[in-house]
Amino acid sequence: MTEVLRDTSGVLTGQDAAPVLASQPMRVTGGLVDRSRSVRFTFDGKSYTGHPGDTLASALLASGVKLMGRSFKYHRPRGVLSAGSEEPNALVELRSGARREPNTRATVAELYDGLEASSQNHWPTLAFDAMAVNDWLSPFFTAGFYYKTFMWPAAFWEKLYEPIIRRAAGLGTLSREPDPDAYDKGFLHCDVLVIGAGPAGLMAALTAARAGARVILADEDFALGGRLIAETHEVGGQSGAGWATSAVAELAGMPNVRVMPRTTIMGVFDHGVYSAVERVSDHFAAPLAGKPRQVLWRVYAKRAILAAGALERPIAFADNDRPGVMMAGAVRAYLNRWGVAAGKRVALFVNNDDGMRTARDLMARGVEVVAVVDPRRDIRRQAGLPHMLGVVTGTTGRLGLTGINVRRIDGREEHVVCDALAVSGGWNPTVALTAHQSARPVWDEKISAFLASPNAPAGLIPVGAAAGAFSTHGALASGAAKAAEAVEALGFRAPAADLPQAEDAPVRIAPFWHVPGKGRAWVDFQNDVTVKDVKLAHQENFRSVEHLKRYTTLGMATDQGKTSNVLGLAVMAELTGQSIPETGTTMFRPPYTPVAMGVLAGRSRGEEFKPTRLTPSHKWAEERGAVFVEVGMWLRAQWFPRPGETTWRESVDREVLATRKAVGVCDVTTLGKIDIQGTDAGLFLDRVYANTFSTLPVGKVRYGLMLREDGIVMDDGTTARMGEHEYVMTTTTANAVPVFRHLEFCRQCLWPDLDVQLISTTEAWAQFSVAGPNARALLSRIVDQDISDAAFPYMACGNVTVCGGLRARLFRISFSGEMAYEIAVPTRYGDALVRELMAQGQDLGVTPYGTEALGVLRVEKGHVAGNELNGQTTALNMGLGKMVSKKKDSIGMVLSQREELVREDGLRLVGIKPVDPAAQLKAGSHFIALGKDPVAANDDGWITSLVHSPHLRHQIALGYLKNGAARMGERLRAVNLLAKTEVEVEIVSPHFIDPQGERLRG
Amino acid sequence: MKFSGWRVFREALTGHRGWTANWRDPDPKPAYDIIVVGGGGHGLATAFYLAKEFEQASVAVLEKGWIGGGNAGRNTTIIRSNYLLDGNEPFYEFSMKLWEGLEQDLNYNAMVSQRGILNLFHTDAQRDAYTRRGNAMLLHGADAELLDRDQVRTMYPFLNFDHARFPIKGGLLQRRGGTARHDAVAWGYARGADMRGVDIIQNCGVTGFRIENGKVLGVETTRGYIGAKKVGVAVAGNSSRVMAAAGMRLPIESHVLQAFVSEGLKPVIDGVMTFGAGHFYVSQSDKGGLVFGGDIDGYNSYAQRGNLPVIEDVAEGGMALMPMIGRARLLRTWGGVMDMSMDGSPFIDRTGVEGLYFNGGWCYGGFKATPASGYCFAHLLATDRPHATATAYRLDRFKRGAMIDEKGQGAQPNLH
Amino acid sequence: MLIPHPLLGPRDAQEFTYLGDAALIDRPDGLTEPEKFHDYAYLRDNPAGVHKELWFHEQGDRSWLVVTRNTVTHEILGAVLARDTARGRGRSK
Repeated sequence: MTEVLRDTSGVLTGQDAAPVLASQPMRVTGGLVDRSRSVRFTFDGKSYTGHPGDTLASALLASGVKLMGRSFKYHRPRGVLSAGSEEPNALVELRSGARREPNTRATVAELYDGLEASSQNHWPTLAFDAMAVNDWLSPFFTAGFYYKTFMWPAAFWEKLYEPIIRRAAGLGTLSREPDPDAYDKGFLHCDVLVIGAGPAGLMAALTAARAGARVILADEDFALGGRLIAETHEVGGQSGAGWATSAVAELAGMPNVRVMPRTTIMGVFDHGVYSAVERVSDHFAAPLAGKPRQVLWRVYAKRAILAAGALERPIAFADNDRPGVMMAGAVRAYLNRWGVAAGKRVALFVNNDDGMRTARDLMARGVEVVAVVDPRRDIRRQAGLPHMLGVVTGTTGRLGLTGINVRRIDGREEHVVCDALAVSGGWNPTVALTAHQSARPVWDEKISAFLASPNAPAGLIPVGAAAGAFSTHGALASGAAKAAEAVEALGFRAPAADLPQAEDAPVRIAPFWHVPGKGRAWVDFQNDVTVKDVKLAHQENFRSVEHLKRYTTLGMATDQGKTSNVLGLAVMAELTGQSIPETGTTMFRPPYTPVAMGVLAGRSRGEEFKPTRLTPSHKWAEERGAVFVEVGMWLRAQWFPRPGETTWRESVDREVLATRKAVGVCDVTTLGKIDIQGTDAGLFLDRVYANTFSTLPVGKVRYGLMLREDGIVMDDGTTARMGEHEYVMTTTTANAVPVFRHLEFCRQCLWPDLDVQLISTTEAWAQFSVAGPNARALLSRIVDQDISDAAFPYMACGNVTVCGGLRARLFRISFSGEMAYEIAVPTRYGDALVRELMAQGQDLGVTPYGTEALGVLRVEKGHVAGNELNGQTTALNMGLGKMVSKKKDSIGMVLSQREELVREDGLRLVGIKPVDPAAQLKAGSHFIALGKDPVAANDDGWITSLVHSPHLRHQIALGYLKNGAARMGERLRAVNLLAKTEVEVEIVSPHFIDPQGERLRG
Repeated sequence: MKFSGWRVFREALTGHRGWTANWRDPDPKPAYDIIVVGGGGHGLATAFYLAKEFEQASVAVLEKGWIGGGNAGRNTTIIRSNYLLDGNEPFYEFSMKLWEGLEQDLNYNAMVSQRGILNLFHTDAQRDAYTRRGNAMLLHGADAELLDRDQVRTMYPFLNFDHARFPIKGGLLQRRGGTARHDAVAWGYARGADMRGVDIIQNCGVTGFRIENGKVLGVETTRGYIGAKKVGVAVAGNSSRVMAAAGMRLPIESHVLQAFVSEGLKPVIDGVMTFGAGHFYVSQSDKGGLVFGGDIDGYNSYAQRGNLPVIEDVAEGGMALMPMIGRARLLRTWGGVMDMSMDGSPFIDRTGVEGLYFNGGWCYGGFKATPASGYCFAHLLATDRPHATATAYRLDRFKRGAMIDEKGQGAQPNLH
Repeated sequence: MLIPHPLLGPRDAQEFTYLGDAALIDRPDGLTEPEKFHDYAYLRDNPAGVHKELWFHEQGDRSWLVVTRNTVTHEILGAVLARDTARGRGRSK
């Protein structure tokens, strides 16, 4: 952890009284950037400089750049509004090429040398955007206008209107290239997670950590301190920034504390699971070697202290969206933290005492303050401030603010020339995380803002400004007190609070939301939602907050309404004449701020999307040039091409013919294997299989059919009785896990007192099928025991040894219809065994075969597999209805007998062959009677599995056909409408080869 | 009021003073011929078709919150009729045809956009299954095309073709599939129903049914008793708890399904796409957000929110399929409560109580069904007979063994 | 979500596989009460509130658990071995 921390564990130290650079005309004295070093960057291709500690926004402002973006709908010119992650306006494309990141907030993009950024959502340039024609057409483009038009002529919506809308919409542009960076995931555990490193969070972390609790302190910013580094308040007799630096240093030095800057808690999930995104490398041009770009942490916290602060809200007035109109708190942050003046002549429009604080801070740095406009009649005037009692009714300046119109309380109107306007409509506690589990925030009249609901997630405790304690003292005190409570509830003893002295100004705010007037007053800056849109929504009865939001798109932009939701709600409340709580509340859903898809996926992408399971013979197969195929998580050899073979069919035909003529070897390790032991094992099997197993003699194998409780076939396989109380079950590859889970359910939940134990041994045994007339001859050379037909007949099984003593399991079972065995050895000997089989079988014509040949062999024999066992079919459908014993209770027995499932004319498994041997069929074709139309009413079934039989020299298939058993010899059409083809087929028995089973017993 | 481009133009010049409420907020009358419980897409569509197609003059929709606030307002907006089974495909194809005429039917632009839906496949077995399904669709008169790998690559060159764990082998394309603006569907039906005299009563929760001698007489609500000759319940997500008030247990569990949207991006994905080797499907909205989703969380829930593992699982599927989205940002997640039925298919049926009808069990596929569900439910309520395309959606189908199980997962709702 | 495993302590729910209503433990007898199977297999109370449900510790110790959880708040009120619940409901062999 230290590596990440070292470069950021403290607040940056300021360098005073640096000379004003011509290239940074708005840089004033003070601030916490490192002026001893310069950082070069480009914006829209033009070069600028800033300092370490700058954000892209602060560096652009310092350079005198105000215009940074365009709004979503009207393409209005936009500058920076905020100094944090709530920014709706200043969105840029950061970096270039495959690393391009659209919609990046300039306010949180940490400056690094060589940073490239471009503005977005305009054509052709940021300053001249032709799409701003939308702004002139705005009378037509009101909220929801598109629901009312574009309906005529009908076809034009998709062909004309919608494509235009799509092209105009969207913000930034994806690179369309694979993301080149790596992302990681990790897990963290703590007693107390502190979210936010402002005064409340730092105090809470100190309190908890000093008590000995395991603490994680996370803050989305790269510099810790929160408002302490954006304001001029003193703490404990030193600068707020200085106190923050020492607090962070103390925390970073404690072994029970993990300090995580650049880390956003993005979501609160059930039972104290918090999701955090750490931006490890976003402050470099590219991640350092071996480092991920970001890490997704899953944090398990017993308690969490929410010290996320508060976000300032705007006031709606005409043309309040011009570049140069900023939040007052942001103006102070740029000034105090970054040493940047928002303007040369700054005006303020506020409804609370933060306005005066902003004015004083600006004047202290020599910035001219031209007006402090305040609608409150009872303000406590401060000497030297240009107070104006009244409201701002409009602004001027297209690409940057040139002035404001003020209407005084006495009705006088005047124009005030200024190049920046700082606005404050009060502060909203950042309670987003408390609402992630559906606890709706509640309105608090005292502070005119929403606070966390009492139903907020247990263990998530808001403190400081997030809990409505807006003064520095209030933040420190509540952080200390709530952290002490939290750790004491966990059994720690919190030392007495050692609170440093700090300001404790009361909240003085008069709710004031918007200035009535003719012009457009923005509520949601990014999505261009104005007071007029809210009014229209009200007029059209979209009055519920959710309707308002959805109809106007208020709060649905990339900032998720952090600055706009409460304002929109308040305007709607005014229109309906109801109070804000009567009108509704704001909701928040994860993530707190937008999160890169890459970090949510972590390493699970590309070829590492899922684990790859390799069979024991994989390396050997690879050496032989096998072609592999994905079978679930497994990679299996699909076929083994030989030199000279040019198509897969050649290889597969050869493997099939060689197996039926001599002997073939196939790795069948992927089949599920379950050892079942205990005195009740036989009884247990009788209950989980439709057929009977307790009567199976020791040393014998039986085919088993397993049903789900609803009577549909779940799986099939063989189970071998290896001893009196020992069975070995095999499942299909696909169902190995679900069958095991099901058996454990039966064992633990249904019959808890049966003496039966289960263990999955799928990965413990390497298993090979050895099939063909020479199978016994080959195995005799390897197995140490007598496996003659007399000693080891068809369906025999037993524990044997191979190669002079290696323990093995041998089963005389056949999926191919040939005389065949499956032999299993401990997995680590699988590779050796297959090599030995190949070596020993040279003169017997041994041939490895893959899954394709396996499929051909089983279709030739008429065995069902995945395509037939699709979870929709019964034993009766498969022609195995007689296997379901009604004499005993077994899973699925009862429900398999329902009327629709036992219809005489239901689907039955059939064999299919083309009438013309040269014809080419397609699996998935449907059966239609000769002479009937290919429509659903005439749909008689479909082809499930299709192969070319090298024996029969034509295609053969399995399929389900209505009343199929009674239709042997009938001719039908196999229709593939997708390819517009059809083939006449004959319905035959599904057993194409050796229907009497003579080869099996050979 | 008729909506049109001309009307928008005229209003723009006159300060938009002429627009009126899209629907009234009437007080409930003492009784109605038909009460539809649930002001979601299905309930509103039912009321609309009852008034428009079946000439019912006394209809009310009762909604406990605000209309369109359930799954109509929290889905991924996909419309399609690419089903396999006979019980389903005619119904969804009927729905698709209603979508195709919806704007004109409603005089409301719900932005039905037939951008195509592509189901990718990654194995031969999947290809065979999609071939069977595509043929079934064509047999039912829907449209379907099977694309090979190269055709998919031409369509979406940015998919992961070269370094994939499960390489794309092709896809089943339904060109008539696509998306619609979900909220607008609810609003359009509400406005259309209201214009035809239907009372839409918001903030009116149904707390019980008045049933005498096996016949429903009306409903108890938070705004008092309201009489009705017939009551149709369309409250998917909450079906079990509402029908429990009528003494019924249902073959349904409530589960949470999360959905996701990215920040707005310039157009990059034209149609709808589903990943065949992971839980991920995606489209891009007209506003530019990538709208995507995956699997349900998998546990019973009435909370409209989910948990982190599914968010990660969906993102993994997305990155596996489209590694270009690594630097796109997830903007918002939300959760909806699904009626997950025992075979993954819905119900539109009478109940054991005379005059009480049930519509539910839509799993995570209710949005695309909205028009046909409304139409067929209206048909059943008005005529007492099931609509021809919805005859399979009976509550007794499990007794008979007539499941409509597209996925073949059996009686386990969270696997459908 | 975290599941308080009675043997292993709190474990992330991601280690588990969910089945559903714990009433699935009460399987009727196929030979003597076949008429009960439809309701057993298909009908659910599906409460909005406290729900007893089956979770399988698939990535863990392979225990089936009966977890008592509120389906509205997701709060977990307890978890026991399903085997014990089954025995408590009279199931044996």
